Amino acid sequence: MTVEISEKLSEPQKKKINWLNVTYPWIVPIVIVIAWQLVGSLGFVEEHILPTPSKILTTFGTLLGNGELFYHLTVSGQRVLLGFALGVGVGVLLGVMTGFSRLAQEVIDPSLQMLRTVPLLALIPLFILWFGVGEFGKVFMISIGAFFPVYVNFFLGIRLVDQKLIEVSEILQFSFWGKLTKVIIPSALPNILLGIRLALGTSWLVLVVGEMMGTSAGIGYMIQDARAYAQTDIVFVGLVMFALLGKCSDSLVYAIERKSLKWRDTFKG
Amino acid sequence: MSERALVIERLNKIFTTPNERVVALREIDLQVKQGEFITVIGPSGCGKSTLLKIVAGLDVEYDGKVELNGQQIKGPSLEKGFIFQEPRLFPWLTVEKNIAGDQSLKDPKVRGKVHELIRLVKLEGFEKAYPKELSGGMAQRVSIARALLRKPDILLLDEPFGALDAFTRSHMQEVLLNIWETNKTTMIFVTHDLDEAVFLGQRVVIMNPRPGHIKSVLPIELSFPRKRSSLAFQEMRRTVLNEFEKVEEESYTVGAGI
Ligand SMILES: Nc1ncnc2c1ncn2[C@@H]1O[C@H](COP(=O)(O)OP(=O)(O)OP(=O)(O)O)[C@@H](O)[C@H]1O
Ligand SMILES: [Mg+2]
Repeated sequence: MTVEISEKLSEPQKKKINWLNVTYPWIVPIVIVIAWQLVGSLGFVEEHILPTPSKILTTFGTLLGNGELFYHLTVSGQRVLLGFALGVGVGVLLGVMTGFSRLAQEVIDPSLQMLRTVPLLALIPLFILWFGVGEFGKVFMISIGAFFPVYVNFFLGIRLVDQKLIEVSEILQFSFWGKLTKVIIPSALPNILLGIRLALGTSWLVLVVGEMMGTSAGIGYMIQDARAYAQTDIVFVGLVMFALLGKCSDSLVYAIERKSLKWRDTFKG
Repeated sequence: MSERALVIERLNKIFTTPNERVVALREIDLQVKQGEFITVIGPSGCGKSTLLKIVAGLDVEYDGKVELNGQQIKGPSLEKGFIFQEPRLFPWLTVEKNIAGDQSLKDPKVRGKVHELIRLVKLEGFEKAYPKELSGGMAQRVSIARALLRKPDILLLDEPFGALDAFTRSHMQEVLLNIWETNKTTMIFVTHDLDEAVFLGQRVVIMNPRPGHIKSVLPIELSFPRKRSSLAFQEMRRTVLNEFEKVEEESYTVGAGI
């Protein structure tokens, strides 16, 4: 060989934690909370309209102490988890079916697309008529909410797999399992994770709506109940809970996304 | 070198699209010996890729006889390796996993072979790199290593070095010749580059478009390693060029008539 090309990977750079970057996202919330506290403490706004952060924190402590918050949380958590799991399960199943088979696509997809255009919340009266205000109706609503984003994105993810890479896997004689795990799933993963993130969002939304229309437990009920007695601080505790739960579940999926999609070469801003 | 590995007789291929019928290949006859290095050149659209895809088993809707080691080709198989014009690596797999494909790197035998190939294509140090971290030439070398891991009897290459710069290209040609000499793999190499065709091939197949057919097959009787600067090489190159220009003229006259 006459031509020598030497290429070596340079040592990977040590990651330095940049404290400035870590603090940036907190600047705006902290300023708002301080201003909020001041507005309340100085008596500009009445407490039953806007309780101060310190008051909300105390209420939070009380609700946590007497176990009430935890009770509502478990009830809500169960509903979301069940509905989400059901919706995602069926969504994956149908999405994979229609993704792989044109026949399944032509039989199933048009009907589902039609159903998808009906706003979910418009179905609530029907659900109350059919299932009453019990657990089943709520879980079912949540699962429908979780179903569509998962279904649509699984289907799309599979159909977006590059035909050229499928050709490679045929040339190399991958087994069906190899094709699935080395080509189709990794390629569809960005869409799959997007579908799951969207499904989580809708699950929380539908949960709140469901819990506000007749039930005796759950964070949504807690908020509704507190409103009736003008306990604005409890309303806020409920809202903060929803914000925290939504953010946590979303961050979890986002973390998985970042870890499993590090091969991607995309614009990072 | 006497055994015929690939036998193509009266191969015809027609593409039917809703509004037309394209005769991509007409009456192709070609016999390739075991271990032979064939290069194929011809103007764009003359059916070179179509021919390779049929031999690879990626396209089985054709008429005629296409036999590899006495067996009619009905689909892809591990005896037939294919290197595409673009590297077509799996972007989510590291270099070594791309080469291993659906074989497990945990198997020490696979691991050993993969690393040997990485050395062969001079990519040591990049085992764990993702395709996005590679240059075009490096990526194409990975795809060559990937094809070689399966130890194909016949390697089909569709303009594999088309996107490379002159320097990397000549390096890759050396690598390929090296592999050919050690493994005795039968090669069918499609290229746009006349120089490349003469440098690599024991026979050059010249194809003509509309409909795609073989115009002539020229033997290149120069021993390896070949020197581009040698008089014999220049002479050979001129002969092929003459033949090729005839093809081009014909194709332009036909083209002008349409
Ligand atoms: N899938 C297809 N459907 C219809 N026609 C096709 C298809 N693939 C190729 N053709 C036609 O067949 C002919 C040969 O195409 P092919 O890709 O084999 O040419 P080529 O010699 O490889 O050209 P190039 O050098 O540009 O790669 C062209 O006229 C092309 O339009
Ligand atoms: Mg081509």
